Amino acid sequence: MLEVDVRGLSCPIPVVKTKKAIEENPGQTIVVLVESEVSRENVTRLAQSKGYKVKAEKTAGEYRLLLEPPEK
Amino acid sequence: MKGFSQKYFMVVAGFLFGVLAALMSLLGNPPNMGVCIACFYRDITGALGLHRAAVVQYLRPEIMGIAIGAFISAFTFGEFRARGGSSPLVRFLLGMFFMIGALVFLGCPVRAVLRLAGGDLNALSGLAGVVVGALLGIAFLRRGFNLGRMTPTHQASGYLMPLIMFGLFILLIVRPEFIFYSEEGPGAMHAPIAVSLVVGLVIGFLAQRTRMCFVGGWRDLFLVRDTYLFSGIAAFFVGALIVNLVTGKVHVGFAGQPIAQTNQLWNFLGMVLAGLSATLLGGCPLRQTILASEGDIDAGVTIFGMIMGAAVSHNFLLASSPKGPGVYGPLAVVICLILACAFGYLMSEGS
Repeated sequence: MLEVDVRGLSCPIPVVKTKKAIEENPGQTIVVLVESEVSRENVTRLAQSKGYKVKAEKTAGEYRLLLEPPEK
Repeated sequence: MKGFSQKYFMVVAGFLFGVLAALMSLLGNPPNMGVCIACFYRDITGALGLHRAAVVQYLRPEIMGIAIGAFISAFTFGEFRARGGSSPLVRFLLGMFFMIGALVFLGCPVRAVLRLAGGDLNALSGLAGVVVGALLGIAFLRRGFNLGRMTPTHQASGYLMPLIMFGLFILLIVRPEFIFYSEEGPGAMHAPIAVSLVVGLVIGFLAQRTRMCFVGGWRDLFLVRDTYLFSGIAAFFVGALIVNLVTGKVHVGFAGQPIAQTNQLWNFLGMVLAGLSATLLGGCPLRQTILASEGDIDAGVTIFGMIMGAAVSHNFLLASSPKGPGVYGPLAVVICLILACAFGYLMSEGS
């Protein structure tokens, strides 16, 4: 599964990298690792605007976001 | 649904901020400068004697309020995390460039909106500059620009910026003789300390919760077609405009606007520099102040860069006055623009 690690990168780089991953891999499930609450919000908002479903798991001060593509 | 309520909160927060910013001019702050993050850091720089422009020296408690409000908010909501180490020197210089550009226009991206809400049409050149600067920044972001990862660091170092802000507030109260206070000019115009502090605390809380950013709003419109941050800017404008209309403070025109200059080329290019620098930094000075209070020590370094920029602007005759740009202002803007573009180009992944 495609994994995008944006931990420690400041706004708006996590969004830029996630957007790139979505555009280059249409229809694929993507995992995004973020560590701040702000990045979680921003990446979630972006993914939802593209029709993705987002599941967040919190582990030791960071989040693993599972981005599931819209069903066709 | 959650997205909707978040945006609703942003609109309310932006509106309230706009109302407060306009009211602060009625309560004693300079006209169309009820709240201006760049101008207020410049005044603080002067109060500390780091520049000697006698008309713009005051320890603005709004700034301390914003920082302490954001610190309390971040702490309460479990978002305080000490971190740093992402190109601090580059951030320092970009903070400096930001301030040099903003002081040619005479205001930060917050005051640009506030000036427009007072009818100052020179602000349109400044806002156009912010947008073009953000677009330039987006081009670098799309190419892979980033300043590297931050890493968690000692919790104690995260407390430094909030403590420094608290220390500045103590200096304002104690008034030791080495602190400068303007006796005339914008620096002498200020609301009562308690009012400024409380308004700052409220703004700090709202901005921390909403992640409000007056450059990010424009950036996200073009980068991801996301209107969340922009809705805060729009609501701020409406809030300030309503207060100004009700109190008869809207004077539409270019000439004779308070603390403004009419050279549109340099209004524009000054804010291109500010918009680009802030986009590369990831946020406007308001956002940097909030981040610094959440434990982001690189944002703290950025603030010191802005203070350095304010000192340089006034010491080297770069800052504009109502008569027009300073003697070396245009040259400084061009040099800083070239440098900021070089940072954007060279600090990309893959170059």
